[in-house]
Amino acid sequence: MITTFIRNGIDRSWVVVVAILLATAIVVPVLNLYTAASSPLHVPDYAVPLLGKYLSFALLALSVGLIWGFCGILSLGHGAFFALGGYAMGMYLMRQIGSRGVYGDPVLPDFMVFLNWPELPVAWYGFQYFPYAMLMVVLVPGALAFVFGWFAFRSRVTGVYLSIITQAMTFALMLGFFRNNLGFGGNNGLTDFKDILGFNIQAPETRAALFAASAVALALAYMMCKAIIASRFGKVLIAIRDAENRARFLGYRVEHYKLVVWTLSACMAGIAGALYVPQVGIINPGEFEPANSIELVVWVAVGGRSLLVGPIVGAIVVNFAKTWFTTGALAPYWLFALGGLFIAVTLFLPKGIVGTLAEGWSALSQRRASARAESGIAPTNRDGPPGGRLSPEAAE
Amino acid sequence: MNVETETLLYLDGVTVSFDGFRALNELSLVIETGEMRAIIGPNGAGKTTMMDVVTGRTRPDAGSVVFDGDIDLTRLDEATIAELGIGRKFQKPTVFERHSVWDNLELALAGRRRPLRALLRAEGPKERARIEELLGIIRLGDQRERLAGSLSHGQKQWLEIGMLLAQEPKLMLVDEPAAGMTDSETEATATLLKEIAKEKSVVVVEHDMAFVRALGVKVSVLHEGSVLSEGTIDHVSEDPKVIEVYLGR
Repeated sequence: MITTFIRNGIDRSWVVVVAILLATAIVVPVLNLYTAASSPLHVPDYAVPLLGKYLSFALLALSVGLIWGFCGILSLGHGAFFALGGYAMGMYLMRQIGSRGVYGDPVLPDFMVFLNWPELPVAWYGFQYFPYAMLMVVLVPGALAFVFGWFAFRSRVTGVYLSIITQAMTFALMLGFFRNNLGFGGNNGLTDFKDILGFNIQAPETRAALFAASAVALALAYMMCKAIIASRFGKVLIAIRDAENRARFLGYRVEHYKLVVWTLSACMAGIAGALYVPQVGIINPGEFEPANSIELVVWVAVGGRSLLVGPIVGAIVVNFAKTWFTTGALAPYWLFALGGLFIAVTLFLPKGIVGTLAEGWSALSQRRASARAESGIAPTNRDGPPGGRLSPEAAE
Repeated sequence: MNVETETLLYLDGVTVSFDGFRALNELSLVIETGEMRAIIGPNGAGKTTMMDVVTGRTRPDAGSVVFDGDIDLTRLDEATIAELGIGRKFQKPTVFERHSVWDNLELALAGRRRPLRALLRAEGPKERARIEELLGIIRLGDQRERLAGSLSHGQKQWLEIGMLLAQEPKLMLVDEPAAGMTDSETEATATLLKEIAKEKSVVVVEHDMAFVRALGVKVSVLHEGSVLSEGTIDHVSEDPKVIEVYLGR
């Protein structure tokens, strides 16, 4: 049962993507820790958490690619799940500070002392334990997504209407988290982290480990998504995306399928947030901003949503461009560049970078195969008539 | 013999209004087990609304819809009704365009509709044999690997009929199966439906009179949301009321 589940997911592109991610998980830390700073191969200290941030964004983009690309659910509020996962991790990191805070309180984080709170709010109980905090990283975004999705999908809210209420959701959470008395640090958020699992969070070794963890998490999530898409469940998702009513009248309870994949996607986004926070060192309500969630959708569109690698590539490419732009003289023009990129991709590469490349590649190999067959070098195309093969999107 | 066991679907006084417009007006209709019925009528007569009511897409304002003896369909949703054994073919052929012909049929196979089972179970030899059989019935055996979106219009219609069969329904509702087909395709479709009707109850909504004649079954004429006339095609086409509202124009 489980073996067929896993075997279904295996094909060549699967192995390549996972191999690249795992190799990155090893190579970047090694080049950072064990090469001399003068070596041309040296990865500087500042680059490790930066690349780790890209990978956590890639995981977030993958979670959106799964629901948007394969079930047609366009979320404009996925930043909320990311931020909730980030807050759960931030709360763990806050409680690790202990008496090393500015006010030296052994239990209360600084902002609570500052606000004259007598004791720890109940919501913070248990967050000193790493396993509990990690459970919350998945559970809190998952539970919110489940409740939200339960009502939205049962009422058959689809298309732009669903997108708009996801925006409203993240906006409402942002307003809530900005308030001091919600108990999560108000507009300053959570920061000044010291340790994670007893290791200094600023140490190069810790940062290398966090980077590797991000790459491995992304590889695992990618494999999971790949196996889901290849299963019958994934086929039903695509069927719902393309002809929701047909699926319904065949007897599929569309809202249940959407709810499962939507909740799963939110859990993935939460994990991405938990990987992001220790690498950037802060989480604040700004992460809930609707604009963040929209930018995230741009990454996915740029990379392409017809294949699962699309969102990963899109997130890395756009964020690399963002870093490059915003650290130079071009900084004021970044938003123009982002908008221009989105328009250009929509107009000229509707399938995104990866989708367009995959399409070109399959067209090229088909032309080669038929040329070989015509010149009689190779035996006739055993794959059957051209056009009879599944296109890359369908094969995904 | 009890009459109820003979009746598969019973619509009684079903009324549906949209913004004051009565799409169905106290419609009553009885479909027997194993019967094939053709339903004709001018545009706006309520043919598609009738199917919407039976399949759970539209809730009637009044009246009852009883299926298989004692099941009240007006309280159930589409998925439940589909699982009870009512299959529906849409007017515009609706198949999963990005899936292969094979996968379309696989998704339609009876049973296994829950998300978790769909995640963990692969098709077995029994399912494969059933799909092969269906491919034979709908004559798409050599197209199994093709994407459904690349099929011709007529082939999509057949694929959708095949998907209905895969559901193993007791009752099939077929909306304009011959629309947009060539003459030879229309003929083949009529043969296919007659073949299917040997085992299942079939309700066919159709505009094409030649096609209805080729089916050679009992006809109900709908007009303004209720049944105007019922009988053989020759009977209804001689009915002066029918000639006035439909055939005469």
